[in-house]
Amino acid sequence: MVVGNGMAGARTVEEILQRGGGALFDVTMFGDEPYGNYNRILLSNVLAGSEDTKEIFLNPLAWYTENQIKLHSGSRVTEIDRWAKKVFAEDGTVVAYDKLIVATGSRSYFPPIEGLMTADGYRKAGVFGFRTIDDCNEIASYAEGHRRVAVVGGGLLGLEAARGMLNRGLEVHVVHQSPYLMNQQLDPQGAAVLKGTIEKLGLHVHLETATVGVLGEDEVSGLAFADGTTLDCDMVIVACGIRPNSELAARGGLTVERAIVVDDQMRSVDDPDIYAVGECAQHRGQVYGLVAPLWEQAKVLADHVTAGNVDAAYRGSKLATKLKVMGVELAVMGVKAPEHDDDEFLQFSEPRRGVYKTIVVRDGKLIGAALLGDLDKVSFLTQAFDRGTPLPPERLSLMFDLGTPSARVGVEELADDAQACNCNGVSKGAIAACVAAGTRTVKGVMDATRAGTGCGACKELVGQIVDWASDGGAEEDPSAHYYVPGVPLAKPELIDAVRAMRLTSVSSVFEALAGGVEDAGSKVGLASLLKMLWGAEYTDERDARFINDRVHANIQNDGTFSVVPQIPGGVTTSQQLRAIADAADKYQVPMLKITGGQRIDLLGVRKEDLPHMWKDLDMPSGHAYGKSFRTCKTCVGSEFCRYGLGDSTTLGIRIEKRFQGIESPGKLKLAVAGCPRNCSEAMIKDVGAVAVEGDRWEIYVGGAGGSHVRKGDILAVVDTHDEVVLLTGRFMQYYRENARYLERTYGFVERVGIDRIRAVVVDDADGIADRLDAAMQASVDAYVDPWQEGQRPATTNQFESVIAASP
Amino acid sequence: MTTAPALSEHSLGPVAQIPEGEGRLFECQGRLLAVFHLRGGDVRATQPRCPHRGGPLADGIVAGTTLVCPLHARRFDLLTGDLVAGDLATGDCVITTYPARLTGDGEIMVVLDPGGRAAAVQG
Repeated sequence: MVVGNGMAGARTVEEILQRGGGALFDVTMFGDEPYGNYNRILLSNVLAGSEDTKEIFLNPLAWYTENQIKLHSGSRVTEIDRWAKKVFAEDGTVVAYDKLIVATGSRSYFPPIEGLMTADGYRKAGVFGFRTIDDCNEIASYAEGHRRVAVVGGGLLGLEAARGMLNRGLEVHVVHQSPYLMNQQLDPQGAAVLKGTIEKLGLHVHLETATVGVLGEDEVSGLAFADGTTLDCDMVIVACGIRPNSELAARGGLTVERAIVVDDQMRSVDDPDIYAVGECAQHRGQVYGLVAPLWEQAKVLADHVTAGNVDAAYRGSKLATKLKVMGVELAVMGVKAPEHDDDEFLQFSEPRRGVYKTIVVRDGKLIGAALLGDLDKVSFLTQAFDRGTPLPPERLSLMFDLGTPSARVGVEELADDAQACNCNGVSKGAIAACVAAGTRTVKGVMDATRAGTGCGACKELVGQIVDWASDGGAEEDPSAHYYVPGVPLAKPELIDAVRAMRLTSVSSVFEALAGGVEDAGSKVGLASLLKMLWGAEYTDERDARFINDRVHANIQNDGTFSVVPQIPGGVTTSQQLRAIADAADKYQVPMLKITGGQRIDLLGVRKEDLPHMWKDLDMPSGHAYGKSFRTCKTCVGSEFCRYGLGDSTTLGIRIEKRFQGIESPGKLKLAVAGCPRNCSEAMIKDVGAVAVEGDRWEIYVGGAGGSHVRKGDILAVVDTHDEVVLLTGRFMQYYRENARYLERTYGFVERVGIDRIRAVVVDDADGIADRLDAAMQASVDAYVDPWQEGQRPATTNQFESVIAASP
Repeated sequence: MTTAPALSEHSLGPVAQIPEGEGRLFECQGRLLAVFHLRGGDVRATQPRCPHRGGPLADGIVAGTTLVCPLHARRFDLLTGDLVAGDLATGDCVITTYPARLTGDGEIMVVLDPGGRAAAVQG
């Protein structure tokens, strides 16, 4: 027998049925609302009009009949006789029970405000609670003819009601007695951030305002406040909290303090055959008003009453909740503020974005947190809070993802189906399975699963998963340090050997350093290195090039190519645009697109058309295909922009023309911004120059805005274009010589460290600056526009799509 | 190595049509073939497109016994058509290979026997 057909009552019955309780008990349920049971949490959506009442029902009436549950809906139980083991209902029904579950929930609390009720004890017309479907329906229909509503109470419930009213187009005033909103969950600063956010939505908030009277004879016309002021309104919603419905139990002789007092098995302390669950139960001094504890209580109760597990015990819930208040996400758990002298307290506030975060740590354990407006870290924090797991020593990472986000969250709490490698769609579980099947090296796992072999941004994460899956027993793969897999040497040793033996071609490297065994996966990396080392002396073997670098265009998924002519700095002319338009027409280019790098891309070009299109365009290659310098984006800068501080276009064009096509371990995307507004995104480029006040340029290196996002580090602040160009070239040369193949600058800068790089590149700590500059100059001098090969092919049938067999 | 063409062999013309170490796409008897001219002189022939996502295999990189698809870097054995051992976890992906050889005067000969897998033929 269950009294109460709300979320707690119905959930408890579900749990009991799951444990075979259907065979043990005839279940009878009483509910004073004339409905099946519904999800009360969603009432705010109903109020807001975003959900229909029909959509929030949890168990249809059929559920009751299917499970042989006798439901007395709309029938209020008035008395419990626990000596006779019977309950009596308003409508005269009398039902005997063996076990009784009280799940009467709670009701809106109406504070003693003058004028709230009419003389005969009913609520005044225009005054509403916010607790039931009926409340919602009444509010909705009353709201039709009225325009100004006051919500008394600025807690969660009040704000939800306010959101509903706002959605219905009313002018909404929230009147709150305490000095800040949601004082149960938030501290004053967090509440202030929330207030700012919701006021932007059009809500009027009145804090420290005690409502003492409801004005109006027969219906509401306003509110009167303790300070003597009034507020005109034609509707009032009272959301001053809830009170447990425990009178019934009290009359039945059960101990009631704030609610029905229960033990760890959810039994009344007075009667082993009576249980209480949900908002009407008080456990170890706590009354919970949220669903998560309720679910836990229902499980324990069901375990116990079905004797499935008589030792089941509820020990209270750690309160961690995620809420959505007026569209603003909020998560709170544990304590709001530090309580002991040595509690650690982190606080972050960014009111403009509506973001506020606090974290309280005691003895190395998370004991409280609040996140408002940015819930990125909520799953990690909830877990740390629930389980008391150890925290990262850098506490800041509890609030923010620093660097590679997914890696720092810790692989342990990643779900098995969480995708580790987004390029090849490899899950954490697949990597773990590969390790379990016996592959213990990172490289072996990458080979077998392809994880980390796409853009490579997840390599660190893959390594961590392998380490985790093998319980820290990941084996060091010596080849992990090789520059390329087919030549057993790390980059510095390889360079030494290549220089010492004057190996200028890829095949000579295999011959001299790899026992004559060619490796397909090593050719491209070797070609890049040799070209960088030897410049004009490099012996170019075309078969060592990736297809893009054989035909100087980017291969597309259908085997066609994309053509991006050079437009230095993104500054073009009508003549160039005309040539591009004509070429697009002539070769029936299926897509003509502005690229992310401010260039124009002719997509879907057949290989055999490439030389002809280049000739017609009469523009050099834009190098949108190689592991090389790609583009230098610019903003308009001081030439036209009214905010421009520096001449960004001139500098950008100069950089692009100088470094065009320079090979490097990974691609190099540059930008120049004419002011710190950063319109050309120079701060997230491999190298970026940003004009700042005082006619100076900040040089950023190691930025990334691709699969990995990173703001660059400032390498130096200089005065002239010449210095920008010089340091850009020197940094790029240092990177070319020291980065691993395919290691982008963001990885390189993080690995080597910006201080070390600055020492070498800016302060010349190693005395190699002149050599770096000379090496870069040699590469610049050796540059030839590859599109000239369109007229003088470098290899036989270089641009032939298909060769007919000549019998 | 014999220079006499077997009955089902077809000539693709001189090997000089393919630069050393590279591949080219050929059309022969209405069929498309990716043909590779390995460093050291051997020739190999496979189906034209990668079964994974249709990558043009003739544009791939070859070395020794391995062919790498240019689109997503799946690696195949040029003789058997099987994925190389490390790539096996990526799924069932096999390409058809055709027996191919060079005549004494540098002419590419292939056997277009349907379903013929080259493993046993190459010496």
